[in-house]
Amino acid sequence: MSIDKIWVLAEVADGKPITASLELISHATTLAATVEAVAFGDATASVAATLGEYGATKVHDIGDLAGALPGVPVASAIAAAVGSGSGPDAILFPATYDGRDIAGRLSVKLDRPVLTNVVGLVAGDGGLTTQHAIFGGTQVASARFTGDGPGIFVIRAKSFPAEPKGAAAAEVVAAPAPDAGPTNAARVIARHVEERTGPKLDEADVVVSGGRGLGEKDQYSMIEELAGLLHGAPGASRAIVDAGWVPYAYQVGQTGKTVKPTVYLACGISGATQHMVGMKNSKNIVAINKDQDAPIFSVADLGIVGDVHKVVPKLIEAIKARG
Amino acid sequence: MSMNVVVCVKQIPDPAAPPALDPGTNNLARTGKLILDDSDAYGVEMALQLVDAAGGGEVTLVSMAPNGETSGLRTALAMGAAKAILVSDEALAGTDALGTAKVLAAAIRRAEPNLVLAATESSDGYTGTTPVQVAELLGFPSVTFAKKVEISGDSVSVERQTEAGYDEVSSPLPAVVTVTAGVVEPRYPSFKGIMAAKSKPVETLTVADLGLDAGQVGATGARQEITGVADAEARGAGEIVVDEGDGAQRIIAFLEQLKVL
Repeated sequence: MSIDKIWVLAEVADGKPITASLELISHATTLAATVEAVAFGDATASVAATLGEYGATKVHDIGDLAGALPGVPVASAIAAAVGSGSGPDAILFPATYDGRDIAGRLSVKLDRPVLTNVVGLVAGDGGLTTQHAIFGGTQVASARFTGDGPGIFVIRAKSFPAEPKGAAAAEVVAAPAPDAGPTNAARVIARHVEERTGPKLDEADVVVSGGRGLGEKDQYSMIEELAGLLHGAPGASRAIVDAGWVPYAYQVGQTGKTVKPTVYLACGISGATQHMVGMKNSKNIVAINKDQDAPIFSVADLGIVGDVHKVVPKLIEAIKARG
Repeated sequence: MSMNVVVCVKQIPDPAAPPALDPGTNNLARTGKLILDDSDAYGVEMALQLVDAAGGGEVTLVSMAPNGETSGLRTALAMGAAKAILVSDEALAGTDALGTAKVLAAAIRRAEPNLVLAATESSDGYTGTTPVQVAELLGFPSVTFAKKVEISGDSVSVERQTEAGYDEVSSPLPAVVTVTAGVVEPRYPSFKGIMAAKSKPVETLTVADLGLDAGQVGATGARQEITGVADAEARGAGEIVVDEGDGAQRIIAFLEQLKVL
């Protein structure tokens, strides 16, 4: 199946398309002649310029969802377009909370499977081939769809660079969602924003993460302090998020954020598969762990086999002493 | 009020054992003893607490496994679930996530639940789409990434994780809710629970029992294929040193070299 037209879900946050969506639009322009965006919410018209700049020629505007969760209405709108014959050959979703929901709903509506956790996407004779990091990123599996119908892909953040092409604003086309009935009955009653200071975890140049090796919740404060001194963001392994030491928003890994900072400092993190997938492409990795056989050392540029409770406080002191 | 909750549970190879691919099919090898996916323990606990709070009803587990495996189900039954439905059929080997969702949805329909709980994703395959696919197949609303779940009357209130914080979401029942790890603290099965679990009913069904066409599931129903597996580009070997009191200084020197300090 040749790939002529690709749609990308353009999620909007704080009035701007999210970086993960721009990455997908950028990459899609290398795979297909026509790249179009699908967007929902009340700010779609204002992001058409940015989406165009990265290579989308059209924005299919589903409009405001009136408090509905995006999964059902957005999937319904895309399925309607596919049913009418104006749909794409492939649809790319960023691996966000809403992106996964929409992809799952759409999969059933089109009776097509989904390929998730995609970290690479290349065009070949038989259509698109995906790449997936498996076993903690030590191996790469390639996969593809068989059978007819559009391919549904859920792609991890930072798999491709986002590069503006300087093209004109995308044309906004209304694509209202058909009524999905009781399936679409969940409603957002209120939104809560949890404030964080310092750079965002997935944009920070330095990330300092803590894991189970910290021993107890109170010890996480030294991770925050060290991150602050390095003008970075504090992160966490799934183990300590599960244990309730820090909020889910701090999680680096398969289920959490993918990060690619200049330096990733892993403190008391053993390096479970689930964690490594989210950080192993950091430019430089420093690991501190008392177990010299910990898998984290296999990806570390500098590994300190030692006690985080000794090494990290000394590090904090030494950095403070530099003034 | 009576509250019947279905929890989708997955029995997976022990994550502590090194994972492997079946060299013939490139599917994840699921040989050996399977255990309850840790991620599912949260859903089981949540379900038990919701039934408790409602003052009636029961928790039914729904699972799919190619080889009749029940050891993971027994763990969840020992925690307090009342019964289990296990769809087990040789025809299921190689089923993709959409096929899995079709099987689970058909089995869940038989239990006529008020609420379906699942983990956000399994700890072995990480696909993360199955619960929403199940919801769509059942025609239920869904709320994913719940960090708090409460039932009030005939609706469910959820705090749903977002990029920025969380949303308060309300949905009429029946609905599908996926729970993040940490939503509740799973109980350890008691000795009494473990003994009781041995005699709790596990209904084993085949694909045909569910009225599904065998062509929709298994390797024949899967419309995605793994075309190859290769070693990832390895990172250059780093310097691993034992801390002799100079660990912090070594890190400082490394950061200076990168001009981070």
